[in-house]
Amino acid sequence: MRKSKSTNLRYISKKRRVIEDERFVCGTGKFVQDIQLSDTKHIAIVQSPYAKANIISINSKPASELDGVHAVLTGAELANHTDPIRFGLNLPNVTWYPLAVNMVRYVGEWVAVVVADNPYLAEDAAELVEVNYEALDPIIDPEEAYTDSKRLVHPEHGSNILYEGHFCWGPVEEDFAKSDFSLSFRVRWGRSSTVPIETFGVVAEWDEGREMLEIWASIQMPNFVELLASAMRIPLNSVRLHQDVDVGGSYGVKRGIKHAIIVSYLARKLRNPIRLIEDRLINMSSGDAHGPDRIFDTNIAFNKDGKVNSLKIRALDDAGAYPGRGPFQLAKPISAIVGPYKINSVEYDAISVTTNKTGQVPVRGFGQSPTNYMLETAIDRVARHLNQRRLDIRIKNLIKNDEFPYLIPSGSSYDSGDYLGVLQKTLDRADYENLMKRRKNARIDGRLAGIGLATCLEPGGGNNIFEYLMNPSAEITTFTEGCEIKVDPDGLITGVMGTTSSGQGHETLVATIIGEELEFDPALIRVVHADSLNAPVTRSPVASRMAIMLGSAAAGAAQKIKAKALAIAAENLGRPIEKLEYAEGTVFDQINTSHNISWSEICFIAHKAYHKLPHGMEPGMRAHNVFQVPGGGQLPDTDQRVQIYPCFSFQVHIPYVEIDQHTGKVSILNYFVGHDCGTQINPDIVRGMVIGGLAHGVGAALYEKFQYLPDGQFLNATFADYLMPSAYEIPMVTDIEHCTPSPLTSHGQKGSGEGGYLGAPAAISSAVNDALAPRGLSICELPMRSSIIEGLLNNGSTSQ
Amino acid sequence: MSSHNIRISVNEKTYRSTVDSRITLLDFLRNDLSLTGTHVGCEHGVCGACSILYDGTPVRSCSLLAIQADKRQITTVEGLCNADGSPGVLQKAFCDAHAMQCGYCTPGMLISAHALLEQNSNPSADEIKESIGGNLCRCTGYIQIIEAVQLASQRLRNSR
Ligand code: FES
Ligand code: FES
Repeated sequence: MRKSKSTNLRYISKKRRVIEDERFVCGTGKFVQDIQLSDTKHIAIVQSPYAKANIISINSKPASELDGVHAVLTGAELANHTDPIRFGLNLPNVTWYPLAVNMVRYVGEWVAVVVADNPYLAEDAAELVEVNYEALDPIIDPEEAYTDSKRLVHPEHGSNILYEGHFCWGPVEEDFAKSDFSLSFRVRWGRSSTVPIETFGVVAEWDEGREMLEIWASIQMPNFVELLASAMRIPLNSVRLHQDVDVGGSYGVKRGIKHAIIVSYLARKLRNPIRLIEDRLINMSSGDAHGPDRIFDTNIAFNKDGKVNSLKIRALDDAGAYPGRGPFQLAKPISAIVGPYKINSVEYDAISVTTNKTGQVPVRGFGQSPTNYMLETAIDRVARHLNQRRLDIRIKNLIKNDEFPYLIPSGSSYDSGDYLGVLQKTLDRADYENLMKRRKNARIDGRLAGIGLATCLEPGGGNNIFEYLMNPSAEITTFTEGCEIKVDPDGLITGVMGTTSSGQGHETLVATIIGEELEFDPALIRVVHADSLNAPVTRSPVASRMAIMLGSAAAGAAQKIKAKALAIAAENLGRPIEKLEYAEGTVFDQINTSHNISWSEICFIAHKAYHKLPHGMEPGMRAHNVFQVPGGGQLPDTDQRVQIYPCFSFQVHIPYVEIDQHTGKVSILNYFVGHDCGTQINPDIVRGMVIGGLAHGVGAALYEKFQYLPDGQFLNATFADYLMPSAYEIPMVTDIEHCTPSPLTSHGQKGSGEGGYLGAPAAISSAVNDALAPRGLSICELPMRSSIIEGLLNNGSTSQ
Repeated sequence: MSSHNIRISVNEKTYRSTVDSRITLLDFLRNDLSLTGTHVGCEHGVCGACSILYDGTPVRSCSLLAIQADKRQITTVEGLCNADGSPGVLQKAFCDAHAMQCGYCTPGMLISAHALLEQNSNPSADEIKESIGGNLCRCTGYIQIIEAVQLASQRLRNSR
């Protein structure tokens, strides 16, 4: 692929309206809840009140006798007619059905569902379902789960350990022995999530004549159709997933596989469209909501001049009761395990345990945000130990401009970057010297003030090989994305993509790139989300991959269209292709520009004038292009080194905070973020992603945590209890752009969906710890709620 | 369950309907009137996705019953559009500032911001924050929304 042509871009990187926005401001977006099929029936869910219990009996009679109730479905019936949901890990003795069979394993687990004429009635009936339980002793603490051999979440599995992997890249012991110092610490990332404002929803209809399942779902999930078909015991091509639904936010979490199996089974059984829309309680307690919940024990080796040599990391992750692809969040970080720093060797122990909590799902960054929090904490600790500036330790260890592509110990080659350039730009914009003066003056006035400093790397566009690292039975070495372009006989252009979107602006992405390549106004290019049976080759809109993968696929498809137009023109102008020039659809003779053929003539010929087509050319004007992950296609070597992601974006975060000594409340007074995701396709979209991700990070750093009591009771399933930042909590962010194009993509673009979320928790923790340092205090767990900080300040304890 | 006859004006159109007493105004607007621009976020009065104007005041339609809207004037996001369905000044500013991503919170944000601009033609950033303080957005981090409201207020003032 060629390098950025940034000098003569027409549409890419220009401030242009996002195509999707107009329908959203008019209230005419089409979300799954807006789909009305006639005679649809509605579902309400019966949930477990226990963290662990045997189901003794279920009496659904009173519920099913209610007028307007059509069915009560229990786990036993569903398990009879469907296969268990497949996990990402190889766990043959862990069985997962959408509705509990014999045993419940977390508070909120689904035990039965009621189908009724409307949701109000369904909820009335759900209350009448009588379930008898025998309560059992749950296991809630992940460290206890790791060692306990009696209180097992899945007794057939024989332990609570779902995965335990040991990786060693480079001479770790030697590097530790050679270093002047080493220090160890523990940090804990709380169980939080991105919690979209739209809950998950799904509607299914069984087409009896065609023996097909038609399904609409607010998903963002790889393998959704595969998992659904396999659980339903129907062929893959009997499922048509409609992807032209707007998804009201996802950031990784909208999975919905258990929901989809239930509605699909019921739609086929009852011959009615069935709809399941989570309410907020279901969503937060038992939908696909909870993200990583992780304890890191880290040891870092370094020299007295601040040079970092080696890391030993142990990550223990609490995956809850039924983890789908959640545990793979331990593996993505392998792709950037040293962050943007030159660190010679790394040991990484990754452990996933199951507990009696809601199952973990992928969340923005796929495990990279907790890891970055740990890594940046390590760098701050080194600075503190050496009594040097945090900034200087970073400058000392950051990879330099002339060192790209840079190979890290775990096998990733970083494509490009200008880390010191972004850092300097951000420092300048933040007026770092002045910030330090401000902090000093605040401290003189007796206030607790701190500056945060964090960097982060955002791997994007991966090949899925992390799955193989954790489950060698999955020999998957790519994660491609395709795009199709259809030009109609009138010359109008349609781009076809194969997934849903949940706010990433993919229609704008595809239209901008096609417009750039074919020199047409993107506003006139239509982009559609094909259903799963009509879609181009596709995986899923996850992992900061769509600008890289879909964008490059669209560029490739456009180039094929252009080549065809040129071939048709050459035939009809009687000139060789090399002597022709393409401009805005018209093809000219380079020497005699009045000798030309228009776009509409070319398109007419392509579709209808077979006699004017070059001999043997396929009629029509369409092109399909599949982009393969650059650098993919390899299994790991014997030391488990492998390139997982091709492109690496970079950010620097500098917040300034003050802490109220009496309440422990953290106020973020300024926030500077420098970001480099290569060529920006649409700067407004990138800016939104950076700031929006950062806002998620503010939540994870200061407020958000799904809370369990020691007996497994779940405490915060409402927006009044699970606190998310409002406009009051998000500071005015100053964002600073930088562009180091990737050599691997069509226009030098990289991913931008995750970086804000990867950097902010680390940076805010850095700022809070900086503010606490004069008191000799530190805090090493997220979220850093005001109650925790207040406890620290006033009694030196972190208990809430 | 009791049913009631209601007469309700929505976006300047009058509807007469018979509704169950327990139906929320949100469900009534979405299901009975097919005005699906108003969104369902939490159904417990926190997120603001369901915001509408109730006699000109922004309220949460999930926390009201349809029967409480009897004889009231309701405006939903659809009612902020021009007569031909094209976006109004505030809506256009939201597009120009890309004040959204998934668009799910957007109708509620527009309702709150619209109510603010009716009262205050030149709001400060803090006043804008206050007006949308009860509307959660998980996508944007709010800054582009605040910028959009500033842009709209400027355009509205310039057009006066
Ligand atoms: S849905 Fe009404 S406030 Fe959330
Ligand atoms: S735009 Fe997605 S929640 Fe606000």
